[in-house]
Amino acid sequence: MITDGFWAMGGYARYVWPCVALALGILVWNIWSARRHHERALASAERAIAMAGSERK
Amino acid sequence: MSVGLWRAMGLVLRRDLALSLRRLDQLVQPLVFFLIVTTLFPLSLSPESSLLRQMAPGVLWVAALLAALLSMDGLFRGDAEDGTLEQLLLSGQSLGGIVIAKTFAHWLVSGAALVLISPLVATALGVPVAAFPVMMLSLGLGTLTLSWLGAIGAGLTVGLRRGSVLLSLIVLPLAMPLLIFGANATDRAIGGESATGALYFLGSLCLFTTTLAPLAATAALRITLE
Amino acid sequence: MWTWFYRLASPPYVYRVAARFAPWLLAAAGLLIVYGLVDGLVFVPPDYQQGDAFRIIYVHVPASALSVMAYTFMAVAAAIGLIWRIKVAFAVAAAAAPIGASFTVLTLVTGSLWGRPMWGTYWAWDPRLTSELILLFLYFGVMSLRVAFEDPNRGDRAAALLATVGVVNVPIIHFSVVWWNSLHQGATILKLGTPAIDPSMRWPLYASLLGFLLFFGGVLCLRLRGEVLQRERLASWVREAVRP
Repeated sequence: MITDGFWAMGGYARYVWPCVALALGILVWNIWSARRHHERALASAERAIAMAGSERK
Repeated sequence: MSVGLWRAMGLVLRRDLALSLRRLDQLVQPLVFFLIVTTLFPLSLSPESSLLRQMAPGVLWVAALLAALLSMDGLFRGDAEDGTLEQLLLSGQSLGGIVIAKTFAHWLVSGAALVLISPLVATALGVPVAAFPVMMLSLGLGTLTLSWLGAIGAGLTVGLRRGSVLLSLIVLPLAMPLLIFGANATDRAIGGESATGALYFLGSLCLFTTTLAPLAATAALRITLE
Repeated sequence: MWTWFYRLASPPYVYRVAARFAPWLLAAAGLLIVYGLVDGLVFVPPDYQQGDAFRIIYVHVPASALSVMAYTFMAVAAAIGLIWRIKVAFAVAAAAAPIGASFTVLTLVTGSLWGRPMWGTYWAWDPRLTSELILLFLYFGVMSLRVAFEDPNRGDRAAALLATVGVVNVPIIHFSVVWWNSLHQGATILKLGTPAIDPSMRWPLYASLLGFLLFFGGVLCLRLRGEVLQRERLASWVREAVRP
């Protein structure tokens, strides 16, 4: 069923495919952004621990 | 000497009114802003009277909304800066009562004042005199509702440096329903139709907000001040 | 009996549990979304009125449903945080906001792209899209307010109050916008309606909806870990969690 007509989407290709692409893009962005946020929080926590540790000395 | 709730609210109301009336320039600024913004529309679009009359409800309401919002930032900021707000918090008086009194005082000198000069602006936009009562009633209800919403926003942003833009950002989406119904009521009045439906809805919106917003505004103040 | 509830208020517990749930939620979401999209894009017959353009609903409708659900979820978490003073709840609200906002943007763009072939214009102030736009403003308000405070705790609480006030307003705003739009209805029906539903069209939609919901849960878990860590980085449990 995935013929040439499929990609053309009955003439609406330039509306349908960008929607699909944006949806996938936003899903991926959400995962990427959440992980980056976590990594930054980890780095910040490590810095805080290191600073607290050095203060004790 | 312990002061009852009503008495305390009355005192705060009188004090805020006295303070506002002392600074007449600050009182007049939102009104002038209202006039200026209204003028922007014929300048940018067209002075043609039939077009103006069509636009009038929207122009009036948007200008009134923006002018009222502009002055909301000052609701708590002055008192926060000179420490009065903290004193009021510590006074043991009901903070909710104080917030209600301050907001009402603020509305009297901003929103109510806007309603009073609205016929002037309306005439400039070609609104027929027959529409004035509905227009003023709707503006009155609308600005009062907006004052309550603005009190919530002001409570949330009082300590922040660039608080006023954020305040508008926060309050405007919440104000869209009252804009829709207020402008519609005015529009119907201009067209000679009955505006009762829209006015009832505006009224119930105002009642709803008046009942719940003080709670939220008080909570907001506690969050930002304590 | 309520121990599970109390445990949810514990940051280290939530931090660990979120890590375990996330992969499963995301995997299930992935399967459902792939199924929903593939079936919806390939196998479902074209709508007799809208042709192949209607296939956008497999993305637009789940996004719009989630955008509203996420806001409500965020507001409930915020209210829980305010009422019972549970800090983890604020972390949950903070985590939910950007996810919901991204879904709102997706709804708006897909709605606009869907509207172009249907109405001939990219934006026609359709009541649902206008409500979504206002919802986006509400999201921005909450997110901006949270970061405007120097004290993150205050920021959390202020944003939580705003989210609660906002959620009360969402039905009012929606009703007002629908009413406003009905006044100015032109000859064309400007609503983004789902077309007359053939059963074969429904299943991919449900799958996609559920997939998006599970996806929200999964990403929430991922984001929540960062948010909890940020708020608790000086706590002792963090030491072991960060350097095992």
